[in-house]
Amino acid sequence: METPALIPEILASSIRLSVPLIFACLAGLWSERSGVVDIGLEGKLLAGAFAAATAAYVFQSPWMGLFFALIVSVAMALIHGYASISQRGNQVISGVAINMLAAGLALVLGNRWFGEGGQTPPLPPEARFMPLTFSGFAALRDVPVVGWMTTVIAGHSLLAYVAFATVPLTAWALARTRFGLRLRAVGENPHAVDTAGISIAWLRYRAVIITGLLCGLGGAYLAISQSAGFIKDMSAGKGFIALAALIFANWRPFRALGACLLFGFLDAAAIRLQGMAMGGFTIPVQAVQALPYVLTVVLLAGFIGKSIPPRASGIPYVKDR
Amino acid sequence: MASPRGELPAWVDVGLIPLLNLALALIVAGFVVVIIGESPLEALGILLNGAIGSLKGWGYLLYYATNFTFTGLAVAIAFHAGLFNIGGEGQVYIAGLGAGAVGIGLGFLPWPLALPLAILACMAFGAAWAFIPAYLQATRGSHIVITTIMFNYIAASTMVYIIINVFRPAGRMAVESREIANIAMPGFRQIGLWLGVKLPNTPLNVTVFLAIAAAWGLWYLLWRTRLGYEIRTVGANAEAAIYAGIKPGRIIIIAMLISGGLAGLMAVNEILGVQHRLVLEFAGGAGFVGIAVALMGRSHPVGVVLSAMLFGLLYQGGTELSFAKPAITRDMIVVIQGLVILFMGALEQAFRPWLVPLFLKREA
Repeated sequence: METPALIPEILASSIRLSVPLIFACLAGLWSERSGVVDIGLEGKLLAGAFAAATAAYVFQSPWMGLFFALIVSVAMALIHGYASISQRGNQVISGVAINMLAAGLALVLGNRWFGEGGQTPPLPPEARFMPLTFSGFAALRDVPVVGWMTTVIAGHSLLAYVAFATVPLTAWALARTRFGLRLRAVGENPHAVDTAGISIAWLRYRAVIITGLLCGLGGAYLAISQSAGFIKDMSAGKGFIALAALIFANWRPFRALGACLLFGFLDAAAIRLQGMAMGGFTIPVQAVQALPYVLTVVLLAGFIGKSIPPRASGIPYVKDR
Repeated sequence: MASPRGELPAWVDVGLIPLLNLALALIVAGFVVVIIGESPLEALGILLNGAIGSLKGWGYLLYYATNFTFTGLAVAIAFHAGLFNIGGEGQVYIAGLGAGAVGIGLGFLPWPLALPLAILACMAFGAAWAFIPAYLQATRGSHIVITTIMFNYIAASTMVYIIINVFRPAGRMAVESREIANIAMPGFRQIGLWLGVKLPNTPLNVTVFLAIAAAWGLWYLLWRTRLGYEIRTVGANAEAAIYAGIKPGRIIIIAMLISGGLAGLMAVNEILGVQHRLVLEFAGGAGFVGIAVALMGRSHPVGVVLSAMLFGLLYQGGTELSFAKPAITRDMIVVIQGLVILFMGALEQAFRPWLVPLFLKREA
């Protein structure tokens, strides 16, 4: 194909690949802004994907798939919440446990229910969120610039548009609503919030539930929109890339969108670059794949900008101090 | 990590609470087996018999335990310095390069020279991979949990590239290196043959002694040397350590170097003892098992060895179980691992409120 057709195609696939990152990254943002560190995003994505594929297959409905993805992901988020908020346990350890539980349970249960080595049976289009088609856009395809834009913007599934809508919604909720302001305060200085007579535990639990909901959406997108079913290790480190994006974005919603799009673009480019030579030099695909992680480490080291996490994140709240 | 709410007798803290948490993890795992539609007790019987009912089972158990001891000790020493090293997986993986570089690159050396060199190279590569996150934590304050996670992924990509482009012989389809022919850790079956005893064919090799030596060495370092004292002081209270004249940054780097080196020793067991070539994904999640092992062993070398053996039992028994009961796949081990980490690590204090009145009454 000629280059002009390639660019919008790569951009469109960048968007598709960044959708689960956006969901997971915003999920992490809600949790960490409230002071609960969550490295279990990966596990919740995977659990959500498995639940979505299973329920969508059983009920032959994407909506039931989505519903169960949300339930399962929130349940796992609540386990993490109970350990980190009520039990004041180590949040990193709890996150590691969630990741393992999700990976193990999805395979054990999937193997038992479907007997296909951990996969779920392929879903028919009726049981998935399929790309939406806008009738008006087809006519614009051949118009020079507008045609490109329709290739990029149109043809995604409903969940992809939900992901993009979640970004301004999150930004607005955190900056403008009473709940959002209190939530951020709890992540920075819980003692001040406690002095004001507001329950820290309840605020943090609500944040963790939102995290669960968003991860469930991300998982559902992976299993019943992007793919036609659940496959082993389907989240493939996306939860950790989302975590990297969150740090990269300095825990801010719109920057998170930018970081997720960048990492999605790198992912799309890595697929296209497979075996492609540039000026006699072949760029190793592995180098492109590792780039988000390398960039995050460089950022954390303070060489590009400075990352400032919420001050109270990772610290269990103890009243008497 | 633990914040005592009321004093408990030492044996309750070290013995009873971990046992209760382990029991809880196994009970929940039993429920999962019930959901699958199998009998948990029957499954437990098959699991135990598969792991400790035969010499072969023991061989595999100890082979797995060797891996987990190394990764568990690696996590444990980091815990003592107040650090969470999630990067064991990547450190093991990169350490394989040490075995590969000496075994293939320096294949002309006689084995008495090459073998120790290969072991040292494994430690050096593992330590080097831990050094960058440690340095960034010590000097620039980059959170080591995040950097070690990122380094796991960077290690995975790097190793795929290196194995394909550097170590794979021309014309070979499988992504693996040439065989490391001149050096190997002798297997127990081989030693048995030399001595005229017939032993079952298992991956168990002399690296198991190295694991025991490493555990003893770590105990000696932590509780019998000045450096060990400094590591534990930094872990307990970094600010107090500064007033004691200890430089936390220096200790962080040293502790992580030791941690990476210990993790790197797993490559000795896996590459020089079993695979005899550099293969993809040879760490196989053992770096993460190390977290469970260290938590369960309460970061004490003796505890680490014992819990590494328990996980060895689960791995070997779980494999046998998946042959006998195809419904219970080996992934069940990952579930149990997750439950152990959850109950032993994140919810470790859950029983405390009930135990405190129970034992305080008895003493009064």
